[in-house]
Amino acid sequence: MSEEMDRDSRVFVMGEDVSARGGVFLATDGLTERFGEERVIDTPLAESSIAGIALGAALNGMRPIAEIQFADFIWPSVNQLVGEAARVRYGTKGSMSVPLVVRSPYGGGVRGGLYHSQSVETFFTHTPGLKVVTPATPYDAKGLLKSAIRDDDPVVFLEHKRTYRLVRGEVPEGEYTLPIGAADVKMQGDDMSVVTYGLMLHHCLEAARTLAEEGVSVEVVDLRTIRPLDEEAILRSVRKTGKCLIVHEDTKAGGIGGEVAAIVSEHAFEHLDGPVMRLAGPEVPAMPFSPPLEAMFLPDEDRIAGAMRKLAGY
Amino acid sequence: MRILLPQVGESVAEAIIDKWLKKVGDLVEKYEPLAEVVTDKVNMEMPSPVSGVLTSILVEEGQTVQMGTVVAEIKVEGEEEAPGGEASPPVSAGDRAPDVIDRIGTLLKDVAPVGPTGSGGPAVDDGDGAPRSKPRYSPVVQHLAAEHDVDLSMVAGSGIGGRVTRKDVQAYVDAGAEAAQGRVSEAATAGTAQARAPAEGDERVPLRPVRRMIAENMVRSATEIPEAWTMVEADVTGLVRLREAAKADFQRREGVNLTYLPFVVQVVADSLKEHRLVNSTWAGDAIILKHRINIGVAIATPNGLVVPVVHDAGSLSVARLAKAVHDLATRARRGKLDVTDVQGGTFTVNNTGPLGSVVGKALINHPQAAILNTEAIVKRPVVINDAIAIRSIMNLCITFDHRILDGMEAGAFVTDVKRRLEAIRPDMEV
Repeated sequence: MSEEMDRDSRVFVMGEDVSARGGVFLATDGLTERFGEERVIDTPLAESSIAGIALGAALNGMRPIAEIQFADFIWPSVNQLVGEAARVRYGTKGSMSVPLVVRSPYGGGVRGGLYHSQSVETFFTHTPGLKVVTPATPYDAKGLLKSAIRDDDPVVFLEHKRTYRLVRGEVPEGEYTLPIGAADVKMQGDDMSVVTYGLMLHHCLEAARTLAEEGVSVEVVDLRTIRPLDEEAILRSVRKTGKCLIVHEDTKAGGIGGEVAAIVSEHAFEHLDGPVMRLAGPEVPAMPFSPPLEAMFLPDEDRIAGAMRKLAGY
Repeated sequence: MRILLPQVGESVAEAIIDKWLKKVGDLVEKYEPLAEVVTDKVNMEMPSPVSGVLTSILVEEGQTVQMGTVVAEIKVEGEEEAPGGEASPPVSAGDRAPDVIDRIGTLLKDVAPVGPTGSGGPAVDDGDGAPRSKPRYSPVVQHLAAEHDVDLSMVAGSGIGGRVTRKDVQAYVDAGAEAAQGRVSEAATAGTAQARAPAEGDERVPLRPVRRMIAENMVRSATEIPEAWTMVEADVTGLVRLREAAKADFQRREGVNLTYLPFVVQVVADSLKEHRLVNSTWAGDAIILKHRINIGVAIATPNGLVVPVVHDAGSLSVARLAKAVHDLATRARRGKLDVTDVQGGTFTVNNTGPLGSVVGKALINHPQAAILNTEAIVKRPVVINDAIAIRSIMNLCITFDHRILDGMEAGAFVTDVKRRLEAIRPDMEV
């Protein structure tokens, strides 16, 4: 963010506790010292106004990065994002656009309970006019965030809470960007494609290594952007392997898995050698607080490996 | 009610209707045998699942049909006549029952839900023993099969429940196996034109299904497996004396005759534990080392050769093995073997001794890795410590799949068998 704020004076950060505290996860720590309180703005605890102010600023030539402290609390802002921001370019025949980024930590596995653990992505992926980005590695997060900030349209940028501390990876200093809408094959394989995003990527990679020891070669596709989906990358992989498993933490019904499965069966049916399978969170209203129940909610390496074996054996 | 040829074992894909025991119009009781059926593993009677009147026979005697095919129809008392009341036309060999096509199609009631998204597992085997109506192939498998002109019924499946996977088809095509496999059934029944035309006085004996199955299996073994052969002599004087000393008591105590075969089976099982490569299967791109040691014993019966299996032979005593072999041989000769009796073999012992043979080369029981002939025990003068002694000698001949084994491993195995047989002393407990 600081590189982008250096590069473009229209970029500014706003949200609850982003300035004085540097954000609850310290994502904006140090920005105030560098750029001052005018470009790193603490807001009241009111998500609707955060999104609304950011939308207004974007319409007036600024490039706001608005933080919603937890995705669980994003709902008051939905009218501004879905009802307004997503429609501006379409509604003005392209004469106006909303270069807005909404950053928000999402997902569970951090003992966050019902109000700090949820996966909210599909409420936005259903909305034409929004882009939804879900990086899983530090390298991807930087490259994609830069692209999101430079994008002339609204981007919902979801950062998995668990990956803040769990995942470490090399991040080059300085300039690079990664394209929004491009998936990334994180592990090459021949026997099946596993399509995933977010925290689950890391569990899938672990499970894939286990399966490799058992002689099953798994290809792991990290979607990185879940709207628009990288259909070509998904199809290229599934056409190669003939089998497809989708893994996500979000609940199954109506999730990204269903969309990927539909794309595969529409366009790669002739290449399929087994049912398209999904492993996802259970149909429960929210991630529970109790540690054993939370563990039951989240697909883990063992369950993913089990699903992989089942599909491999088919 | 349509009568389906029941699935009798996971690896049995098709069967021959050998003989109908009922004719159209006959009253049939539930569980009463309808037909004699022959598979590559076993002969069996097909019981009627219901009581009623046999209204039509859809498969002629001698035809080969897939498991799950509709083979007959029985009218159950009180059952509505089928629309139009017409009997379905007979299906020819290999055909499946035609699906009923209505005005706008029919709901497939027997299709299990697929994948973890449904309420059950993959629609391969729902485990309740109900016959699958027909094998289903995935889109890519059908696509590949069409592209390479592969008859999918000839491809061995490695997926759940024997499902043919894309890899199976690919391996089949890559190995050029279509030529080899495709030749099997033709070659088995081919013969040259000259051989086909009987001269005056010759007698033409039509093939019984069992003969045809044996022929196909032998052609498959001979065409697919590059085999090699070796032989060692074993001095089994100790074994002969032990058997002489123990057999009367054994017969009294155990109720079965004490032959050499259980000793051989035990020694072979023990040796297989240390030579796992001999207890394996060629899998195209890998060798599958079998965990269990299940020894098939070749038995000649009035109907032809069968190979029932002593399962987990490595954990059985000589007495238990003697009883197991006796039981299998008795039931084999009476044609009363179950499918389970002939499944799962990982190695075969071919006891040719009783035929008087002293050297022989067996064909491998496909898809096993090797087969061991135990030849007749004969007394011969042999040199021991530069003196000539009269000893009981048995030749051990092994035919092995040279893709899996080289002469060194096969030789080490058969030498191990020899060593163990020679170590048997007359004073051992049986």
